[in-house]
Amino acid sequence: MKTNKKRLLEHFDWFILLILFLLCGIGILTIYSATRPAIVSVQPNFYIKQAVWVGIGFLALIMVVSIDYSFLRSIAYPCYIIGLAILLFVLIGGQGKMGARRWLNLGFISFQPTEFFRLIFIIALAKYLSSFKGFMTPKNFGFAVIAFAIPPFVLIMKQPDLGSGLILIFLFALITLARGIEKKFLIIMIITCVIVVPIFGTIVFDHLKVYQRNRIIAFIDTEADPQGIGYQIEQSRITIGSGMATGKGYLKGTQGPLRFLPEKQTDFIFSVFAEEWGFLGASVIFFLYFLLFMRGIDTSLKAKDDFGKMIAIGLTFMLFIYFTINTGMVLGIMPVVGVPLPFISYGGTTLIANFMTIGLLINIRMRRIGLLY
Amino acid sequence: MNKHYFERFIKFSIYFIGLIFSLYIIRLYYLQILHGSELNTASYMNRVKILAVPAPRGIIYDRNKVALVKNKPYFSVSLLPLSMGIDIKGLSELLSIDQTVMAAKIKCGLNSLNPIILKDGLFFEDIAKIEAKKSDFPGMIIETNITRNYIHENLMAHVIGYLGKPIQSQLDNPSNDNITKDTLIGKWGVERLYNSTLMGIAGKKIVEVDAFGKVLRVLKFEPPIKGKDLILSIDINAQIAAENDFQGRTGALVAIDPNNGEILSLVSLPSFRPADFTLGINPKIWNKLNSDKKFPLLNRALQSAFPPGSIFKTIDSIAGIEEGIINNNFSVFCNGARHLGNHSYGCWKKGGHGTTAFPRGLVESCDLFYYEVGNRLGIDRIEKYAKLFGLGEKTGLQLSGESAGIVPGKQWKRKALHDSWYLGETLITAIGQGYLTVTPIQAANLASIIASDGKYYPLTLLKGEQEIKPKRVLTIHDETFRKVKEAMLEVVSSPRGTAHSIYTPDIAIAGKTGTAQVVKGRIDTKKQAAETKDHAWFIAFAPVEKPQIALSVFIEHGGHGGSAAAPIALDVIKAYLKPVGAAAKMEQKEVQQLESDTITDSDLLNPPNEDKDDED
Repeated sequence: MKTNKKRLLEHFDWFILLILFLLCGIGILTIYSATRPAIVSVQPNFYIKQAVWVGIGFLALIMVVSIDYSFLRSIAYPCYIIGLAILLFVLIGGQGKMGARRWLNLGFISFQPTEFFRLIFIIALAKYLSSFKGFMTPKNFGFAVIAFAIPPFVLIMKQPDLGSGLILIFLFALITLARGIEKKFLIIMIITCVIVVPIFGTIVFDHLKVYQRNRIIAFIDTEADPQGIGYQIEQSRITIGSGMATGKGYLKGTQGPLRFLPEKQTDFIFSVFAEEWGFLGASVIFFLYFLLFMRGIDTSLKAKDDFGKMIAIGLTFMLFIYFTINTGMVLGIMPVVGVPLPFISYGGTTLIANFMTIGLLINIRMRRIGLLY
Repeated sequence: MNKHYFERFIKFSIYFIGLIFSLYIIRLYYLQILHGSELNTASYMNRVKILAVPAPRGIIYDRNKVALVKNKPYFSVSLLPLSMGIDIKGLSELLSIDQTVMAAKIKCGLNSLNPIILKDGLFFEDIAKIEAKKSDFPGMIIETNITRNYIHENLMAHVIGYLGKPIQSQLDNPSNDNITKDTLIGKWGVERLYNSTLMGIAGKKIVEVDAFGKVLRVLKFEPPIKGKDLILSIDINAQIAAENDFQGRTGALVAIDPNNGEILSLVSLPSFRPADFTLGINPKIWNKLNSDKKFPLLNRALQSAFPPGSIFKTIDSIAGIEEGIINNNFSVFCNGARHLGNHSYGCWKKGGHGTTAFPRGLVESCDLFYYEVGNRLGIDRIEKYAKLFGLGEKTGLQLSGESAGIVPGKQWKRKALHDSWYLGETLITAIGQGYLTVTPIQAANLASIIASDGKYYPLTLLKGEQEIKPKRVLTIHDETFRKVKEAMLEVVSSPRGTAHSIYTPDIAIAGKTGTAQVVKGRIDTKKQAAETKDHAWFIAFAPVEKPQIALSVFIEHGGHGGSAAAPIALDVIKAYLKPVGAAAKMEQKEVQQLESDTITDSDLLNPPNEDKDDED
């Protein structure tokens, strides 16, 4: 057992942990700067809370790392069912914020179950996809859609959380694609999608809440109404652009503290960073994320079994989707979807879930060589 | 799981991730490098606003240092050009401005650093309601501006003038770079003439605001520089006496200090309320002023010229004496009319004056006497002397739109009327009728030149500003002046003089009446309709020995110069020469009152700070 532990530590992924802490550190510093008060001299404690959550997240990471991920195989389905039940419960007893019921209050703490559900979803889907050999048959795929795609999607859309719902479907598609589907079937599926999605999209658009529709309209035509829905996008553009090559300097940004940029410490944190650190700093952050994703993909390649591969690729894609949507949104090339930037945006639930994500990746990478004794 | 497939999938994934990163880096480059400086400006414009701090204009005083115009604050409600949270509907209700008008105003000024003025010209009583609701409207600020306090209401409206916002061409003029479209500048009168002296330099308050229009701190404060005060040569006592005496009649009065050309009084009536103009005139008042047949916006003292009538005989007399025509042997028999060809040229006195010589001709204003003087002088010499006394040319006082009047002559007639000169025209010119026209200020200047024995001083509205060097000194013998002055004294002092009604033993006043015909021929005055009644003129100076004031009084359709115009001159002379008694008391009282109710300049220089309690 002792040798096992030693061997495990030898394979511990210090590299990804370093990137994780670099990003979290940047996050805390940027949250501090973004929430600087304009007049009152009392600094709000967002940055301290974030630091506390980083600590809690790190504990969660250690916990996740210490249990062999193979164990998850046995609890994946029950967890998935409990997860769905919680999502259902959120719809009934959850708390609303900005027109959506996403929060669950447990008395001492309130959190967004969707954030954790994503992990459970990936693990459960990975378990199913690794339970058979060869390519997926249409039957396998059909089952996966019915069991793993539709129920959570419907529940999340009911909250309603358009962003999370679409991310989930996208993630599902990517993971199943990674697993491999028969070519003939894949082609038929793609053709069907091309026909169905626009029709389905129109129906969905008609049923969207006003604020959701406005976001899409605002994305398509930012100039249409600079006072209203296009405002966030325009201000984010200004915030990022005003950083120019080397930035205004740390604690010198104005767009966030003077409240021109909304959601400055959460969804638009990247803009605040880019304003203060410029093109140079933003490129560094991009590079860190790129390394992170490459490491995740590498972990997936090196994982010892299909279950591990599926989990690793799923988690990496999840982080990548978050990153792409968030930075795409703040750069003004994606619609405004309320998605945080992993590790940097302020927010406890997401941060802890993301630490657990990295924990799982480390776990899988660490146990890549079979410890069969 | 197919290992080969999975690895291929991973390869594609890496390409895809690489593609996304490349796109994002390009976008980042586009925003931060290509459009960086432009967006940096946008970010600066988000938070920095420039508030103008108006400079108090200089105070305008009369020659005794009595304030004629002071300053007082007014308020305007403005909106910081914010990019969010503008409640147009609420604002339009609060300020009772039409919603579409308001929206257009706001849209217009949104891309600027300066606040958008929504409503202007508000005073304390209007602002209270708005101030109370201020917190409901982020970005709404109440700015303190400075306007004029017209202490004396309409008094000398044409001298003081009024203020207004500049027109586009004034804004475009590069020499006016210190004015903005909201600066009040002088539009009329001395406010316009000495605008650059009075205006001062506006200050600037550059502030940092947040997205909700809260002023966070003052980045830079450039205090305004108050305009220079102006001491006019106007004597308020003379001015008040003059304006009161007109009693609603239309006309003008100009009084000059013959020792230096300083204007002591300048009246043009009817006039207007300068206060109506300064903060933007109400269209109703504007239309009323413009459609008024008495033209209250016309400064009659120098913008309109009228036939001078008999006051011109002073020039005839000087010319006649100087040219040796009027001498001890020269006399004319006046039987009431002179015939020339088919025409008959009458004297105002029906029965005629009988044998008339100088000075009686002037004292009793015998027309036939001056027909003969004119006949002997000839039009060329009449023209020459008239021009010597400044007729037919602008006095150059520089108030807007001065008229030069007309001194007719042979050349003038050929040019203007394409006709040759007739002797009959010489005769009527000699008695100040016909083509000859004179402005009241030229008439006063004429009196001033006679009073000072031929010294033509440049006219000015400022006290003691200029070196007292005459513009020109007429080469006319002092003896000539002495004779004419004596005659003019007799006009008042002699019981037969046309202005004997104003005779007072206290002051030796020399004068000359004029009654200028509006329609040809002699008509019974009582039957004349108001608009065809004769114009009444009177020029005078006093005291004769050492003149201190020379003036002209003109009453449009006022009837006889002696009865209508001369009494006003007497009152003005009295008011100026003896500034004691009622006038002095009033002045004192006024000064006290002004000191109590007019805000001080330091108040204006430091307008109340917006959001003071927000600053930490």
